[in-house]
Amino acid sequence: MSTQPVNDEQLLRWLDNELPDSVRAEVEAYVAEHPEEAARLAAYRRNDALIRARFDSVLEEPVPVRMRRQPRSALWRRAAMVGWFALGGLAGWYLHDVKRVDVAQAVPPWAHRAVVAHAVYAPEVRHPVEVTAEQEDHLVAWLSKRLGTNLKVPHLDAVGYGLVGGRLLPGEQAAVAQFMYQDPQGQRLTLYVRTNMEQNGESAFRFAQEGNVRVFYWIDRRLGYALSGEISKEELLRVAMAVHQQLNP
Amino acid sequence: MSDFASRIEEIIPRLRRYARALTGDGGAADDLVQDTLERAWVKLHLWRRGSDLRAWLFTIMHNVYVNQVRSRHDEVPVDDDSLDAPQRATQTDLLEVRDIDAALRQLPPEQREVLLLIALERMSYSEAARALSIPIGTVMSRLARAREKLRLLLDSDAAAATLKVVK
Repeated sequence: MSTQPVNDEQLLRWLDNELPDSVRAEVEAYVAEHPEEAARLAAYRRNDALIRARFDSVLEEPVPVRMRRQPRSALWRRAAMVGWFALGGLAGWYLHDVKRVDVAQAVPPWAHRAVVAHAVYAPEVRHPVEVTAEQEDHLVAWLSKRLGTNLKVPHLDAVGYGLVGGRLLPGEQAAVAQFMYQDPQGQRLTLYVRTNMEQNGESAFRFAQEGNVRVFYWIDRRLGYALSGEISKEELLRVAMAVHQQLNP
Repeated sequence: MSDFASRIEEIIPRLRRYARALTGDGGAADDLVQDTLERAWVKLHLWRRGSDLRAWLFTIMHNVYVNQVRSRHDEVPVDDDSLDAPQRATQTDLLEVRDIDAALRQLPPEQREVLLLIALERMSYSEAARALSIPIGTVMSRLARAREKLRLLLDSDAAAATLKVVK
């Protein structure tokens, strides 16, 4: 008995195991009765296998370092070094490093200022902030007044960083705020907040690195945020997402 | 999030394998993977938790690749190193391996993408459709054309029978 004609789509689905059970036997019977079709499908299958044989070895190749995240251990070593040298002129050294990097191409000036502000104040031992976290209400009220907007200070304890405090800084056109955070090992992050972004609405997170300082910056409802730190990109992003989440509950 | 990082890291070898087959060039492939990863990190907040991370990464890679192809008119240069066959290959295997490289390069990029997602990455039709943002019907028609062209290029009997056509 001859089987029902089967179309090309069904043959393809049969080859790729995409047929429902109800039709599979029927197509199989058709293929068995048509050697030319069977040969064609066998060639497809063989070529698929050739492709795998050709490229599967890539799976065994070591992944280039640049594709892998930075190991944490190296970060803590560097953080410890920063602590050692913090007393002497570190800010100047940082600024020198920052200047060397060509930032003109992509990073907006305000995000660059955020990085410089981080480099200046993060290593500061005696006066990292103007108002400490103990006076958080005062800090937020004061900075809100000076920036002319209702600021919220995110709490990042859940991601391992406690609030140290904040300070007022000059921005390009107006006052900006800087909040500082610190983890138990003394690793510091700063969140820079500026007002009057031309772009309203929300932007994607953007990333830049200047010297040792990495920064994620984004725009949210006419406020610009830049989170800077000397931790890995991945860790910094984790914190940036926590900030974003808290500001957009 | 570090869980996320390790999950991405697990997928990197597969991204590299696919990129190598897609571009036919080791350096270009790794650049494609690198660009894909960087974009993934930045767009991470757009990824929906619980959705298929592999599909998401392949979608990003597809978009990066399409932009590259669009901005570059000539074909990707062939890196001779990437043509090196695995050590155990015999002379005949080597010939076939070189053939498959050459044959893949003769496919239009959009057909090559579909074929590689199915044959190499072993995606289902619907997974490939999602990764490339095209309907399943388009996946199937591109797949059918890619497989048939590859058969004509690689199968000596089929090639002999249709030599005039291929030429």
